[in-house]
Amino acid sequence: MAMIETEGLVKVYHSRGSEVRALDGLDLEVREGTVLGLLGPNGAGKTTTVRILATLLRADAGRATIAGLDVARDAQAVRRLIGLSGQYAAIDENLTGRENLWMFGRLYQIGSAAAKRRATELLVQFDLENAGDRVAKTYSGGMRRRLDLAAALIGRPTLLFLDEPTTGLDPRSRLGMWDVIRGQVRAGTTVLLTTQYLEEADALADEIAVVDAGKIIARGTADELKTQVGGERIEIVVHDRDLLHRAAQVAAPDGSATVDEHTRRLTVTAEGGAQQLVDVVLRLGEAQIRVDDVGLRRPTLDDVFLALTGHAAERPATDDETTTARKKGR
Amino acid sequence: MSRLRNAVADGIVISWRNLKRVPRIPELAIFAILQSIMFVLLFAFVFGGAIPLPGGGSYREFLMPGIFVQTLAFAAITTAVSIADDMTKGLIDRFRSLPMARSAVLSGRTFADILYNIGILAVLMVTGLAIGWRVNDGVLDFFAGVVLLLFFTYAMAWIGVFLGLSVPTVEVAQQVGFLVIFPVTFLSNAFVPTETLPAVLQPIAEWNPVSSLTGATRELFGNPNPFISDSFPGLHPILMSVVWTVTLLAIFMPLAIRKYRAIDG
Ligand SMILES: Nc1ncnc2c1ncn2[C@@H]1O[C@H](COP(=O)(O)OP(=O)(O)OP(=O)(O)O)[C@@H](O)[C@H]1O
Ligand SMILES: [Mg+2]
Repeated sequence: MAMIETEGLVKVYHSRGSEVRALDGLDLEVREGTVLGLLGPNGAGKTTTVRILATLLRADAGRATIAGLDVARDAQAVRRLIGLSGQYAAIDENLTGRENLWMFGRLYQIGSAAAKRRATELLVQFDLENAGDRVAKTYSGGMRRRLDLAAALIGRPTLLFLDEPTTGLDPRSRLGMWDVIRGQVRAGTTVLLTTQYLEEADALADEIAVVDAGKIIARGTADELKTQVGGERIEIVVHDRDLLHRAAQVAAPDGSATVDEHTRRLTVTAEGGAQQLVDVVLRLGEAQIRVDDVGLRRPTLDDVFLALTGHAAERPATDDETTTARKKGR
Repeated sequence: MSRLRNAVADGIVISWRNLKRVPRIPELAIFAILQSIMFVLLFAFVFGGAIPLPGGGSYREFLMPGIFVQTLAFAAITTAVSIADDMTKGLIDRFRSLPMARSAVLSGRTFADILYNIGILAVLMVTGLAIGWRVNDGVLDFFAGVVLLLFFTYAMAWIGVFLGLSVPTVEVAQQVGFLVIFPVTFLSNAFVPTETLPAVLQPIAEWNPVSSLTGATRELFGNPNPFISDSFPGLHPILMSVVWTVTLLAIFMPLAIRKYRAIDG
């Protein structure tokens, strides 16, 4: 059964005379119990999609249902099913972590004692038990994010919206967050996750939908998308410029390597993955070619974009832009 | 029936969280009170001697009801600022994504404002007693005065909610609030008898809700309440206070609720 279904969603923002077509006929389907990664660059319409599905925003046209319930007409029933962790942590800074969770639990219509128990459970699960009785104002960015996600889980939602859940997290916290999300999925929660990183969608999502300019431009598993953009590649930086072309011959006897003289870099597509990398490295060693750097590079969001749209994804937002976007968003 | 019970329960949770702010940011209450005390000192000790009361009486007793009303009017700015803050921090969105009673965010907020301002009013009254303000009428009248003041506070809270939902940032809430409420409290009988104001301003001051509230409070607390004209509001401050408060509520409560419902784009 489809947990989320949207058809031709359109959203146009009007601000000071200018119009932004944030969604331009967005169709989406997410099956129950699966994870959909909504992948796209800044301004693609990810947050707008999530806000419409989470009953916060009304679409100008089109239809969206959650478990068969219309998000506009049956908003209150939809709210009982969903948990939302928005792009920016939305917690009460003057309450402690525990008080925040209790409050959101109560407002999720959980009894006071049960909300208390659930709060403690989540604090432990999110590694916040030591900070649980501190005012959230004193939390680091990563702790806020974790508390925000914990708040989204307070009512054990059937459907979880995660809008860029790991943006701004350090690598360790990011992995921790991934574990938590995987745990939710194992427990049967359907997840819609937005991200700017293919790697993240790859790690978590059963299926990825690439969104650009308010439309889905491609869908598929991570592997399918990667094949579309040519899969992984091996990159080698050769120490000695004179040996660059010999190295290219050794690395790819079929002559398929691309060579960049200036950076002494050669690139070989690697259908064989890591094993092919090992083979190439061994052959280069036998040929006594010194290398400065060697590695297997996965396609990035940029590569996917270039391949799918012919234009590059915007660079990630700087802090500055994020703040402006946020002010606009509210 | 159970819907009403949920609405009340959710409202209490929201009130609770708003009141939690008070001990967590004590500066908020402290400076609100200090500002009022500054006005008390300024008027009682600096200008007080120069302001004649028609019909005599203690200027300090005259002043304190004005200070009460002014302080409670300013509470609307506090409300506006914290609502704007909740909006920009995304908390309002989180509340809107929860299966809670829709009314609770605003009803809980405004109810918390009443409780908070009872505390502020108590501190101000103690300050007043210290500088010579007295309640000269019966207990019943006193309580009637307090109830009137809190009813007014409630109306001001809804104005604050409306303002907070209408502005883009916290700073704007602060500025607009100040710009509106500051002159309104000064174009009144709160600090000086209306007859000392320029003639053109006198009718404005007489029909100002702040004047009606101040006059009513003076009357109910048994403090000097001079008026010169026999304008209707001057003669019936208690009636006019009720009329004003009901009117303000009737205007701003629906406006605020409509504004809240319309947050979706
Ligand atoms: N409240 C608003 N008023 C005007 N324009 C808006 C508003 N919110 C979003 N937009 C615009 O709509 C488009 C889509 O925005 P959205 O926030 O959905 O993008 P996103 O994919 O979430 O981007 P990001 O990765 O930066 O979070 C952008 O061009 C944005 O500037
Ligand atoms: Mg976004």
